[in-house]
Amino acid sequence: MTNKTESVTKRSPERVEGSKPDAMDIEKWLHVYEQMVKIREFEEKANELYLRAIMPGLTHLYSGQEAVAVGVCEALRREDYITSTHRGHGHCLAKGASVDLMFAELLGKEAGYCRGKGGSMHIADPASGNLGANAIVGGSAGIATGAALSAKKRGSDQVAVCFFGEGALGQGILYEVMNMASLWKLPVIYVCENNLYNEYTHYSEALAGEVTARAKAFGIHAETIDGQDVQLVYETTKRLVERARRGEGPAFLECLTYRYYGHHVGDISRTYYRSKEEEQEWRNTRDPLKLLADKLVEGKLTDQSVLDRIQVDVKSEVEKGMQFGIDAPYPAQSEVNQHVYA
Amino acid sequence: MSTPERELTFAEAVREALAEEMRRDPNVFIMGEDVAEAGTPFKVLSGLVEEFGKERVMDTPISEPGFTGMGVGAAITGMRPVIDIMFGDFLTLTMDQIVNQAAKIHYMSGGKMKAPIVFRTTMGATRRSGAQHSQSLQAWVSHVPGLKVVIPSTPYDAKGLLKTAIRDDNPVVFIEDKMIFKMKGPVPAEEYTIPFGVADIKRKGDDITLVATSSMVQIALGAAEKLSQIGISAEVIDPRTTSPLDKQAFIESAKKTSRAIVIDEGYEAYGVTAEIASVIAHGAFYYLDAPVTRMGAMDVPIPFSPALEDLTVPTEETVFQMAKMLCGKT
Repeated sequence: MTNKTESVTKRSPERVEGSKPDAMDIEKWLHVYEQMVKIREFEEKANELYLRAIMPGLTHLYSGQEAVAVGVCEALRREDYITSTHRGHGHCLAKGASVDLMFAELLGKEAGYCRGKGGSMHIADPASGNLGANAIVGGSAGIATGAALSAKKRGSDQVAVCFFGEGALGQGILYEVMNMASLWKLPVIYVCENNLYNEYTHYSEALAGEVTARAKAFGIHAETIDGQDVQLVYETTKRLVERARRGEGPAFLECLTYRYYGHHVGDISRTYYRSKEEEQEWRNTRDPLKLLADKLVEGKLTDQSVLDRIQVDVKSEVEKGMQFGIDAPYPAQSEVNQHVYA
Repeated sequence: MSTPERELTFAEAVREALAEEMRRDPNVFIMGEDVAEAGTPFKVLSGLVEEFGKERVMDTPISEPGFTGMGVGAAITGMRPVIDIMFGDFLTLTMDQIVNQAAKIHYMSGGKMKAPIVFRTTMGATRRSGAQHSQSLQAWVSHVPGLKVVIPSTPYDAKGLLKTAIRDDNPVVFIEDKMIFKMKGPVPAEEYTIPFGVADIKRKGDDITLVATSSMVQIALGAAEKLSQIGISAEVIDPRTTSPLDKQAFIESAKKTSRAIVIDEGYEAYGVTAEIASVIAHGAFYYLDAPVTRMGAMDVPIPFSPALEDLTVPTEETVFQMAKMLCGKT
């Protein structure tokens, strides 16, 4: 159980900082910041909807991991594919989903991305390349790898990103498809978001050996990076995506990150599996939004007031989106047996 | 001048359907274990890799969940994969990908996505293959909304239904009886397809209805022949697809004959026979002179010993005896 109290620094990788943001790119980094703020605000409101008993069911919040979704998706084109997880709101938003239709889906409304039939864990938006969140841990590994196979067969240069948590490292299908992806040099990137916890269990209790050694055993290029550094995530992904587009095959990227909230919104008493000090330490010292904001302000690339403005604007967008979801009508009862078959 | 009727084996009919659809649509491809040069252990696919190449007839590692899941991913991004699951027993390995992923994608996405994919697999006992290579699991997949399930009994049906399956925009589980791959039957050279959800009357009769699927159609026809010799006229109906199910066809037949036996090689408990018997019992209630009766595989793991294995599945003789009894002949 020693790993449970593992300090933040102890589990950090050899820290390779992203290169310094370039003044030329400031618009991009402000956009990245805005995307991360959007996810953070969205999740705050999702939690609020749960606490106010407005939202049916439960949901799994992405707060704390924003740099992974945004860093990865910023390195993708709209037509590139992603598959997502039960903790998927961040991936959806980062790939281009809009908050109002997301809220509508979370609330089971007809205006939602899936007409309210999917819910939080099944948001799909093929228009933005999002092939869907998945409520089976590791369940989308085959789908992402198959999308990469399809891209290759169709002669397109699309790549597919498979997001999954370190919990999915326990699922056999992941290893089956990594084997085939490597054999056939498929343009797929396996992004393992290691947020330390398989639901309510520290990953060290569930995982033998090394994470990246699994991918390396298949001859897949693998890296571990600080998943809180959005610039590093972006630059690394960009390199791996270019490699995949050139036909050089799959890659595996372990992003070290942290889940601020519990496994789901109802997981409030967490001290039996992790300490409040640990949570606070991550929030205080490794917050991805703050890390980027500090970098931009300290590098004099922008003023705090610009970032504050983004905060205000995003908050307003998210609040409007939430209200849209609340006000939107439920699907008609006649919808229940529609879309069973195409 | 009429051309003589062409005959193909069941395996040849399946292969011809695949070849025709692959020529017609470049997005159709086959993926599975030993499908290329080996042409599967049953040699159903022999020759396809020579025509279409290894890019379209893809040998995979022995990873059923993996390549099934990859098929789903390819299907939702524009391809039309035909996934080869060598033995129906291995469906159990692929269940998450077929049941939780493929079957639900269209519905869960509110109709935005579709998964046009065919899972070809096999069924059937009496091959002396033991308990893990002999099951007929059509009930498992027929139970799941979002899947279509095809269980053809003749070369003609196999070809026409497989072409329909490949063109369908939904996931289709296509189950072939591995004991009839060498069975010959008429298959016209001209293009044709067979719609799903349309049962086929394999033999007309008036006294008793035998609803039989896949491997059990020949058994039922054999029993019907024997029954005719003692003055009982049996009608044999083949549903051809268990999902969708042509309910009206069974009901109409049972109304006419007033007796029905439902025969399927899956396990009897909670089986395909249970669903069809319920349809008949409800739909033809006032016309029935005998309880609707079910005959399926004995509810045991399929034993290896021929002395035991042959006891587990309905035979011409057991169907004959059951029909005779229901018709009040001793």
